[in-house]
Amino acid sequence: MRYPVLISAALLAPAMATADTPTLTVYTYDSFVSDWGPGPAVREAFEAICDCRLEMVGTGDGAALLARLQLEGARSPADVVLGLDTNLTARAAESGLFAPHGIAAEFDLPVAWEDDLFLPFDWGYFAFVHDRERLPEPPGSFAELIDSDLSIAIQDPRSSTPGLGLLMWIKAAHGDDAPAIWEGLAPRVLTVTRGWSESYGLFTSGEVDMVLSYTTSPAYHLIAEGDASKAAAEFSEGHYMQVEVAGILESSDQQDLAREFLEFMLSDAFQEIIPTTNWMYPAVLPEDGLPDGFDTLMVPERALLFSADEAAAQRDAALAEWLAALSR
Amino acid sequence: MTGRIWPLAGGSAVALILLILSFGSLGAVAWRAEGWGGLGPADWAAVRFTLTQAMVSAVLSVALAVPVARALARRCFPGRGLLITLLGAPFILPTLVAVMGLLAVFGRNGVISAILGWFGLPPLQIYGFVGVVLAHVFFNLPLATRLLLQGWLAIPSEHFRLAAALGFSRRDVFRHLEAPMLREMMPGALLVIFLLCLTSFAVALTLGGGPRATTVELAIYQAFRFDFDLSKAALLALVQFGLCALAAALALGVALPPGFGAGLDRPVIRHDMGRAPGLALWDGVMIGLAAAFLLLPLGMIVLRGLPLVAGLPAPVWMAAGRSVAVALASVLLCIGFALALGLAIERAGGVVSRGLEVVGMVSLAASPLVIGTGLFILTFPLVDPARLALPVTALVNAAMALPFALRAILPALRQAEASQGRLADHLGLTGWTRLRLVILPRLRRPLGFAAGLAGALSMGDLGVIVLFAEREGATLPLQLYRLMGAYRSDDAAGAAVLLLGLSLLIFWAFDRGGRAHAAT
Amino acid sequence: MLQLDGVTIVQGDFRLEADLTLESGARVAVLGPSGAGKSTLLGAIAGFVPLSTGRVTLDGEDLSTLAPGARPLSILFQDNNLFPHLSAAQNVALGLRPSLRLTGTEQEKVDAALERVGLELLGGRRPAQLSGGQQSRVALARALLRRRPLLLLDEPFAALGPALKTEMLALVREILNETGAMLLMVTHDPEDARAIASQAIVVTEGEAARPAPLAALLDNPPDALASYLGRRRGAEPNAAHEGDDHSAG
Repeated sequence: MRYPVLISAALLAPAMATADTPTLTVYTYDSFVSDWGPGPAVREAFEAICDCRLEMVGTGDGAALLARLQLEGARSPADVVLGLDTNLTARAAESGLFAPHGIAAEFDLPVAWEDDLFLPFDWGYFAFVHDRERLPEPPGSFAELIDSDLSIAIQDPRSSTPGLGLLMWIKAAHGDDAPAIWEGLAPRVLTVTRGWSESYGLFTSGEVDMVLSYTTSPAYHLIAEGDASKAAAEFSEGHYMQVEVAGILESSDQQDLAREFLEFMLSDAFQEIIPTTNWMYPAVLPEDGLPDGFDTLMVPERALLFSADEAAAQRDAALAEWLAALSR
Repeated sequence: MTGRIWPLAGGSAVALILLILSFGSLGAVAWRAEGWGGLGPADWAAVRFTLTQAMVSAVLSVALAVPVARALARRCFPGRGLLITLLGAPFILPTLVAVMGLLAVFGRNGVISAILGWFGLPPLQIYGFVGVVLAHVFFNLPLATRLLLQGWLAIPSEHFRLAAALGFSRRDVFRHLEAPMLREMMPGALLVIFLLCLTSFAVALTLGGGPRATTVELAIYQAFRFDFDLSKAALLALVQFGLCALAAALALGVALPPGFGAGLDRPVIRHDMGRAPGLALWDGVMIGLAAAFLLLPLGMIVLRGLPLVAGLPAPVWMAAGRSVAVALASVLLCIGFALALGLAIERAGGVVSRGLEVVGMVSLAASPLVIGTGLFILTFPLVDPARLALPVTALVNAAMALPFALRAILPALRQAEASQGRLADHLGLTGWTRLRLVILPRLRRPLGFAAGLAGALSMGDLGVIVLFAEREGATLPLQLYRLMGAYRSDDAAGAAVLLLGLSLLIFWAFDRGGRAHAAT
Repeated sequence: MLQLDGVTIVQGDFRLEADLTLESGARVAVLGPSGAGKSTLLGAIAGFVPLSTGRVTLDGEDLSTLAPGARPLSILFQDNNLFPHLSAAQNVALGLRPSLRLTGTEQEKVDAALERVGLELLGGRRPAQLSGGQQSRVALARALLRRRPLLLLDEPFAALGPALKTEMLALVREILNETGAMLLMVTHDPEDARAIASQAIVVTEGEAARPAPLAALLDNPPDALASYLGRRRGAEPNAAHEGDDHSAG
């Protein structure tokens, strides 16, 4: 009975969108628009200043987002894409779908940032998260992890962004020794999951000792749950970064509004929302700094990050090495 | 002749929709692909793994279902009906939730490992091939049990009476009554479960333990999102169709199982069991073990999440409402499809009938990812796909549940036509009147079962909605996934119980409704 | 000698009592209105219907504790006397060995039984390929082979035409003559009863009466039987009763 209602709602909706206020359509990943993500607060804050409607469309994760854009091509209704990371930007740039943003900004990133097409909005370090009570002395490097008898859960690089991040981490830290590292790690890997959620679930239910996640993950447990037991282990070879970026689509007929959104994205109003909703570091530190609790987080000595081109060049070989080592 | 044209037209329309969903979407993906590459050794490894695990899972599920179905067929005890309904739960459970439950029992930190730990034994090691098969048996043992139970109950009780009069031993009963039935039912059951395991994806990924456990569906996933290689995705989907067709061909000549919805509430009266306490014990153990294996993981989910349901945030409840609406839409579509197709199959006869039957099964072999992507390519030029998220979810879910719905209603439809068709012809009952007065009353039971199954499967499906970006709001499984993605494991546990409860409620309500007013 | 000793059968609202004795070699018709419990009575003797009280003995042996197949009797039901997926010969052979693993002599016995009922050429056929009369012959051949001292017929020939039915009853009579078995036969047709039985048990109003001579009973039926037979008490009995040969008892 609801079905005809849904259909008519679907048919009527476009007519309503052509009211006099302009609409900015932002494609992003699913968890950004979720009720527990930054989406609702971001929309409210932007609509308060822009005299427009902000429509955020969530689709899978970063990789699914890009695949969707490639399918839609130049006819995409999207004006802005928010949520690609540096492992995807080379492919995104190559697609020719993006326009230069033309915005100059200072970022609070551990690495220098220069990109004509994409602007970062948040970032974090990949890390193995553990429970301090169950594991008081976590390994301090990949070598120590290999020598331990711990079990870890990681994500499949073919279906998950952090999974691909780990591939890049080991490649960036160990270069040609990466295959040996993977071979050593293989017995430690209890299982490889499709996405981050499944692995993290295995960790919280006690199935594994450590899980591939972010250095900022313990902040959630501390701030939202008052639980200080979770921590990220620091690895001496440094930690690979994930930098999440946004860009404007060349095909957009709202170029000015899109640029206004990217500027808003770098302002305090947006950046303040990020730490406790996306649980990542803001790309531009807000005036009030980070929320309480973030100061307890482990900060790696060394930050590792391939440039977009390097990441694209390394990807296929790194995947082949991973497959070879874990398929034994 | 008008009595033939409308059913055929309706059936053809449904067949067309199904063909577009499965092959049209595949064609669309292939059409967007640029250039054709071959399959690499890794892809063939995926094919091998997929085949092996599907075969082992199907054989184990069906083999284990034999003693369980036999015990359920010949034992009568209070709560038997409820147990049979509950035993169906794993089949309609969302994978994500089911895996959580399985790990709570069989995981390194699960119940069994804890018990082993008291005796100083190492924890269970279920990740890898074993885990994949364990999960598939968990999902499909209930289905196999239902199929075989149906077979057992279809053996006329007069045959058991005759066997008793002739002093058959249990071995003779097996040989002359049960073995022929099993020969008839098992190939179909094996095929259906083999196909279900062939296209399974999330299970292999969480419990598989690593890239060794790469299935074809995961390879499609990789081709699509990691390499954005549409030609390879289409090629792999074609390989998947090929495997399914091959399996179907191998099982061909053997009738597919008839309906498995009707008449499971009364055991056959048996005269050969009365004085065999050992047998009663064996049956009790079989039923007990199956119930423990299937219900313990569910119990763990409920135990963890039930106290948290009341505190679930508003968006979860809204998503639950939306999911119920999608499930109801999906039920309507699925029942409509199944009736249209069923009437056409019954009326057409010959090659057309067989063809339509095969089309009714085809969605079992389709890759949800390719369906989603293909539909996206097909609809994008016409309408913003984001606005179609919920209707498309309802449609695809209806198509996915159709093979089961069709299997459930076809035998009853044939029987109704065979026994009352001539009288209806004689009285000039055609079209809607015939359907309403003659056919539908006889189909209540299988229709109720089919509706329940379609609704429950739709409730738990995450499928295409993730691909079609949504604007109208999330469904409950998506919301559950989002909760997990936002670290909120407590709320996720509560939402899992809500999802489990609603799925079972929908199944139970339709199934019960079908039985309450059944004319037969 | 078959004894039903203080037997009561209770199924929901239905209740049937029987307290009677049949002599060895007796041929007894079971008469009574539909739903009175004729089949139930046979079912109880054969072990398909549980007794609420009392016991059934044959020549002093208590049958109540025996499984249906272990009881010294053969029963032919109204239908489903053959397994549709087995051949006629296999259906007969089940009477000797349910496993169907026959020795040479056993196979000869099966062939002889088939020949006895005139089906020696049709042993390979399945029931669906046989006529109704032929199907009955297969079932009778099996009963012949089993040689049990008690034969129960629960209207197995009800669907056959008059000529065929007469033929079957003649065959039953021959089998009884050969085996000396006792017969208990449910029937609706007084003529069938006269054709084979010398005594009758009337089942009405919750009770199976003691056996009485058939001829006298039919000539002068009690109330319940009379209304069932469609005759008033004291009305003239059917003058022409053919097949009046209950001398064989």
